[in-house]
Amino acid sequence: MSMVLVEKASSLTSEQSHSLLPVLLEYQKKNPCNYISEENVKEIAEKLNLSRSRVYSTASFYSEISLVPRGKHLIRICCNAPCENAGKEAIHRAVKDKLGIDVNETTEDGLFTLEIVNCLGACYMSPAMKIDDQVFGNLTPESAVEIIKKMEQTDEE
Amino acid sequence: MKNSNWIFNTDFDEFIDLDSYVSRGGFSALRKVMSQDSSFIVEELNRAGLRGRGGAAFPTGIKIGMVASASEKERFIICNADEGEPGTFKDRFILTHLPFQLLEGILIAAYAAGAEKGFIYVRHEYPEAQEKIKNAITVAEKAGLFGKNILGGEFSLHLEIFSGAGSYLCGEETALLSSLEGKKGRPRLKPPYPTEAGYLGKPTLINNVETLANIPKIIEKGAEWYRSIGTEDSPGTKLISLSGDVKRRGLYEVPYGTSFHDIVYEYGGGPKDGRKVKAVNIGGASGVLVPSEMLDTLLEYRCCMEKEITIGSGALFVLDDTRDILENVRNRVRFFLHESCGKCTPCREGLRQVNILLEKLNKRTATEEDLDRLDRYTRVMQDASFCGLGQAAGNSLKSSLKYYRDEYMNGCVRYAEEMSA
Repeated sequence: MSMVLVEKASSLTSEQSHSLLPVLLEYQKKNPCNYISEENVKEIAEKLNLSRSRVYSTASFYSEISLVPRGKHLIRICCNAPCENAGKEAIHRAVKDKLGIDVNETTEDGLFTLEIVNCLGACYMSPAMKIDDQVFGNLTPESAVEIIKKMEQTDEE
Repeated sequence: MKNSNWIFNTDFDEFIDLDSYVSRGGFSALRKVMSQDSSFIVEELNRAGLRGRGGAAFPTGIKIGMVASASEKERFIICNADEGEPGTFKDRFILTHLPFQLLEGILIAAYAAGAEKGFIYVRHEYPEAQEKIKNAITVAEKAGLFGKNILGGEFSLHLEIFSGAGSYLCGEETALLSSLEGKKGRPRLKPPYPTEAGYLGKPTLINNVETLANIPKIIEKGAEWYRSIGTEDSPGTKLISLSGDVKRRGLYEVPYGTSFHDIVYEYGGGPKDGRKVKAVNIGGASGVLVPSEMLDTLLEYRCCMEKEITIGSGALFVLDDTRDILENVRNRVRFFLHESCGKCTPCREGLRQVNILLEKLNKRTATEEDLDRLDRYTRVMQDASFCGLGQAAGNSLKSSLKYYRDEYMNGCVRYAEEMSA
């Protein structure tokens, strides 16, 4: 292969690969199960002219990208020191009991997945959790359960 | 956060829109620099003594100057808004409350560096911040303050918001570059530094949100004014994210030279319910744990360096006398274990081994030899880790091993027996 061809090929890969992360996040957002499926990986690899292993390599590195199906709503409880000291464990237990699932599990109705997350930047109102894009702070076990109940009701309507 | 007359001048629940930003002098700094040679900015920032606020405290003027003098003409600017240091929420505040001050800072820095394209890399955990800053760019563009031919001149800046995807390590500048290029967020070997070979191998200026937001005020009011705040060694102010066992948690703009004691007691109101301060964690998970006797230390780079305190991102987390030091240490090690990218052995295996030893201490089955091992692994992580993550994980362990040796001893089997005998 001539040098010109090599240069052309390498510039093509770098041009296309640097949109990989936004593309992965976009696909995940559109997937009703909030994850990157094997089908998604194949499609992204073809569209961006990358190998599937290359797509997997990036997808598997980041905590916000899931390779297993998740629920409609993602509940993330902050597990860092300021939240831990402010009573994260009790919140965690209350939410687990309410949903009947453990961390990284999804409720049977497919509505909620419970995850833990590193610092939400809400330490001035710890303990904190995030449901989808919204952050809730100054939680008590009761208020955390109440927030989830309200979401269940809104979803039924 | 209280209204002051320093850099940020904003209440905690206040949003500064474009009109109110302009009415308080916003964008006058941009007008000022665009009528002068761009070297004026570098000189003014050097005279002001502005240093990076993300953690490394590198002189900002020098960094901008390095990109400005690059032979390559295509250059990039990146605003690092991947605020992930546990206990830190200052950049989030700037993005959501003072977006226009940040944008003006980015414009001035880009103008000085000669960059016409760039990114704001915002962590995925901050969707509302991504939204606010996106809107601010649209508003500023409509007002002719952003985008093409800014203020009718020849300078243009195209800026994109790039979302992270949940990786603490991507706050490290070379890992951030890998992430922007669609790869795993793993660090690269330095040199070459990003100022020389950054995004797509081009000279790239990477600055923290708070650093960039300082720039408009320095240019507007001048280096002398800036140096009148803070100390000779560390001019200006630092945003302090105060959390933990204090009466008033929150974000405070604190002039350098203030003692940590004053931050905890004057700004934060001291510990709750008549408790005493047992320890203060300065600089987040990668920072140090120091006892209350050290609170007379001043928030100042030289003073902190002498006492091996890292100001870092400015996170201050207070632990009162009901708290267990080792519980805090275990929490941090779990954090680093999760965020370590696995590239180098000292960090990857070091953290794993440290975690095992901490569990032994927790179960009171450790021996004093285990403590020696802990000291040794800590040193290896500090000295031999590839990037700042592993090194910082070592730093944070080292301070607790130094100041809270007795709590570690308590987790040793023979020591516990002897003490109860």
